[in-house]
Amino acid sequence: MLDIEFKGERTEHTVDDKSPSIVRDFNKCILCRRCVATCKNIQKIGAIDCIERGFESCISTTYDHSLNDVNCTFCGQCIESCPTGALHEKENINDVWAKLKDPDTYVVVQTAPSIRVALGEEFGMKIGTNVTGKMISALKALGFDKVFDTNTGADFTIMEEATEFIKRFKENDNLPMTTSCCPGWVRFAEMEYPENLAHLSSCKSPHQMFGAIIKSYYAEKNNIDPKNIYVVSVMPCIAKKYERQREEMKVNGLWDVDAVITTRELARMIKQANIEFDKLEDQTFDNPMGEATGAAAIFGVTGGVMEAALRTAYELITGEELEKLDFEEVRGNKGIKKAIVKIGNKEIKVAVVHGLGNARKVMEEIKNGTADYSFVEVMACPGGCIMGGGQPIKNSKIRMTTDIAAKRAAAMYSIDERSVVRKSHENPILKEIYKEYIGKPGEHKAHELLHTQYTPMEEYRI
Amino acid sequence: MKTIEELNKIRIEKRIELDLRKNSNADTREKHILVCNGTGCTSSKSPQILENFNKLIKEKKLKNVRVIKTGCFGLCAKGPIVIIRPEDTFYAMVKPEDCKEIIESHIIEGKVVERLLCKDIDGKIVDKLDDLTFYKKQKRIALKNCGMINPEEIDEYIAFDGYRALARVLMEMSQDEVIEIIDKSGLRGRGGAGFPTGKKWRATKDAKGDTKYIVCNADEGDPGAFMDRSILEGDPHSVLEAMEIAGYAVGAEKGYIYVRAEYPIAVQRLKIAIEQAREYGILGKNIFGTNFNFDIEIRLGAGAFVCGEETALLESIEGRRGQPRVKPPYPAQSGLWGCPTLINNVETYANIAQIILKGAEWYSSIGTANSKGTKVFALGGNVNNVGLVEVPMGTTLREIVFDIGGGIPNGREFKAAQTGGPSGGCIPKEHLDTPIDYESLKEIGSMMGSGGLIVMDDTKCMVCLAKFYLQFTVGESCGKCTPCRIGTKRMLEILEKLCKGEGSEYDIYRLEKLAVNIKKASICGLGQSAPNPVISTLKYFREEFRQHAIEKECKAMECKALARIEIDEEKCKACGLCQRNCPVNAIEGEGREKRRINQNKCIKCTTCIRSCPFHAIG
Repeated sequence: MLDIEFKGERTEHTVDDKSPSIVRDFNKCILCRRCVATCKNIQKIGAIDCIERGFESCISTTYDHSLNDVNCTFCGQCIESCPTGALHEKENINDVWAKLKDPDTYVVVQTAPSIRVALGEEFGMKIGTNVTGKMISALKALGFDKVFDTNTGADFTIMEEATEFIKRFKENDNLPMTTSCCPGWVRFAEMEYPENLAHLSSCKSPHQMFGAIIKSYYAEKNNIDPKNIYVVSVMPCIAKKYERQREEMKVNGLWDVDAVITTRELARMIKQANIEFDKLEDQTFDNPMGEATGAAAIFGVTGGVMEAALRTAYELITGEELEKLDFEEVRGNKGIKKAIVKIGNKEIKVAVVHGLGNARKVMEEIKNGTADYSFVEVMACPGGCIMGGGQPIKNSKIRMTTDIAAKRAAAMYSIDERSVVRKSHENPILKEIYKEYIGKPGEHKAHELLHTQYTPMEEYRI
Repeated sequence: MKTIEELNKIRIEKRIELDLRKNSNADTREKHILVCNGTGCTSSKSPQILENFNKLIKEKKLKNVRVIKTGCFGLCAKGPIVIIRPEDTFYAMVKPEDCKEIIESHIIEGKVVERLLCKDIDGKIVDKLDDLTFYKKQKRIALKNCGMINPEEIDEYIAFDGYRALARVLMEMSQDEVIEIIDKSGLRGRGGAGFPTGKKWRATKDAKGDTKYIVCNADEGDPGAFMDRSILEGDPHSVLEAMEIAGYAVGAEKGYIYVRAEYPIAVQRLKIAIEQAREYGILGKNIFGTNFNFDIEIRLGAGAFVCGEETALLESIEGRRGQPRVKPPYPAQSGLWGCPTLINNVETYANIAQIILKGAEWYSSIGTANSKGTKVFALGGNVNNVGLVEVPMGTTLREIVFDIGGGIPNGREFKAAQTGGPSGGCIPKEHLDTPIDYESLKEIGSMMGSGGLIVMDDTKCMVCLAKFYLQFTVGESCGKCTPCRIGTKRMLEILEKLCKGEGSEYDIYRLEKLAVNIKKASICGLGQSAPNPVISTLKYFREEFRQHAIEKECKAMECKALARIEIDEEKCKACGLCQRNCPVNAIEGEGREKRRINQNKCIKCTTCIRSCPFHAIG
């Protein structure tokens, strides 16, 4: 094709890059409205829709505000559905490159549980390939000083969350308690259900907890000035970019995490560095912070946090060893999963939801007082973090014919199965840090480092 | 709450009272002064006329004289119109200050005010409405009550058989019998596509679902069309009654009228009508003591043309952005909130009660083989009698334009007529004798559409016409599908190029190519029919397009960039009139010299052409 037969006027749009997570460049938009359908019909947010008419029509927000200033939760599902890249994450690659080149900065990277089962797809591997070893090699080759595993952070989250739950369950304090590791969900709750924020667990999300520990315990132990530590999180999520710059995510005036890049951005960095990913040797995470349990490995799939928390809660409450570690009833792709778990002589009703559309249903129950569960796990993305807004984008043909979530989830569960330690409270490094540094879960030091609070954002409610 | 007996009593009593409206020999001493209060006459001060009459009657203490506010009489060109019954005197272009003379001379002294009488096409002065050629060839079914009754008085509607059809349906007929009558009558949708109404009703009745809805499409958006508005303004109860009959036939209990907010008078009268019907128990629960319940709500449209498309209309009623849904499923299967929904146009509904009362055979005896009944047209453009006409199907275009419409003003020649608005096409001179019905209009590349009929004389450029309609569709496209959103814009750009004289023959080829593709690929009726004005003008006036593209000339002088005005030296008598009238002094020559136009100065305003007594300029 040498020429366009029908030339003419074109619409021009400004690029909206005000939000920390999503960039909208509607000069690339073809108005297919997949993003609108995702936002409105699946996530039931409706942050974006078509405005204007005819030739002038474009996808926009309420009063054409920036996505930052409307009821967008930054879940990023619109990005996953966009066929032209008109919607994409706000790239932080250059910040990371700059720090990597700076010899005075101690650059630490941590990778979320979902990265290892999806990164390979960016290099032509099959969906659901576990590339943990290659990923670590690539990160080391890129020049990171230490490569740690966010799964360790996830173990901390379970310790704190399970302890908090047991306390709240005994005192019947604001039940059901919901998880808080998903920043999209947290923003959603702050905007749409400001009066129910007490139901959220006060735990930070795993990578924030882990960042705080790196800048306190790890820095102290290795005699590094925390000011010189630069923590990069590789996340399957773009809401994490927003989460890391929330004011309360600081300890001693330092950010817990300094930069968040997505799976796609990491792949881009590897490609920019001309690393032949598939030819890399397998390596392991750096110690002492690279040791994690099977419970943490399944954090990225819907039901995973619940399962991990139940394993720990059971043993903490009863003091007995749990015979069957797999809680099948909280696994699978059903939108709202309910289960009754027997712990000791008590029956605990739990619910697992994924996708904000389903989360809204449960929140309405909580609001109306009809929810009879004690513990609810919420993930904003349908399928959980493995299907997050920062994961490799698959074209619609593949998405229609393949159950991507199931394949990625299967890879995660197999990591859990092959783990030696499968319960968070049995993680040796965790035990050591609690003993040496933090004290007991849920107590003073833990609260300072690992817990947070929420602010109602009523002005965004529509 | 009224029973059928009470309703019948009102009918009989009121009918005797109102006999003079229909019967010019009525034995009465009363006089009714009917003043048109449709939108057209309202904008030329007819409410003021109404007020003046009332004031005068009070002042002069006249008894037995009533002033009635009515809907449209049809002859809008001659508005405001005042008719005095029973003698049926027709006063045209009445001004508020004329009221005094009418009262003093006509009402008190019994002398007709001659200067306010209307001239027929042949120049004869006519004093009776029925004697006007404009009305002679018409047959009024949907417009039966327009201009006859006060639309804000339910009793007047009842007097002329109002709600009798509903009573008959509820008391004597089964659902299937109702549908069968409608089916047999051959009534087809008057919204434009002409889908058989009976079939639609049956499909909705047969559709599975406990809740069903009736919707009236009163979102009349075609430029130059005002049929639905006039019916709603003149006879709102006929639509309510038909919707109730439809509700009974398909098993629905709720109806919505989706009407444009730009029709404030129609909305107001609908509100009054619904209120009155509820008061009489004709709307609401247990109508006429049966177990049939029905209620109607009005929904206002914000003025988007695409909301006249049935699925976009449903979206709009549901409170969403008005854009079409992909069909199937059709509304009869899944419409409002996913329930089976029957959508008909205002004019379609206006025929229903008559069909029930007079029978399917009566209705199907009017019209052509495949198109039964009558059709209302909004006659506009370069025609003498601009207004609302209702003719039997099969009437030729020539009859409508030259007999009813009274021909082209200023002695100009007929060039083409445009039907169907932005979705239709134009009909050239050679097809003037085509009988107007759904099929034959389609055959010659136009369509029935909702009924706008715009007549054009030879000063109209067909490229400009196509451009005008494309401008309309570009502005009204919802933007959902690419062919319509971008394709129509590109077509418009090509047409603009042609009008500026920057086009080439290749552009005509590209225009056709785009037109075909847009037609094939668009989701809804708006996009599928958007290229029609271009396709049909290209079909009949290709030469004109070629003149624009190759010879860079616009013979109709509408495209200013292409018009070239010259003076024929042989015809010029050097009178200098053109020179005196030219606003920019572009005409040169003195005394007995033949005049010349300085093309560099000329702004192509065509004033000289009109001022030349010898037709030497062109």
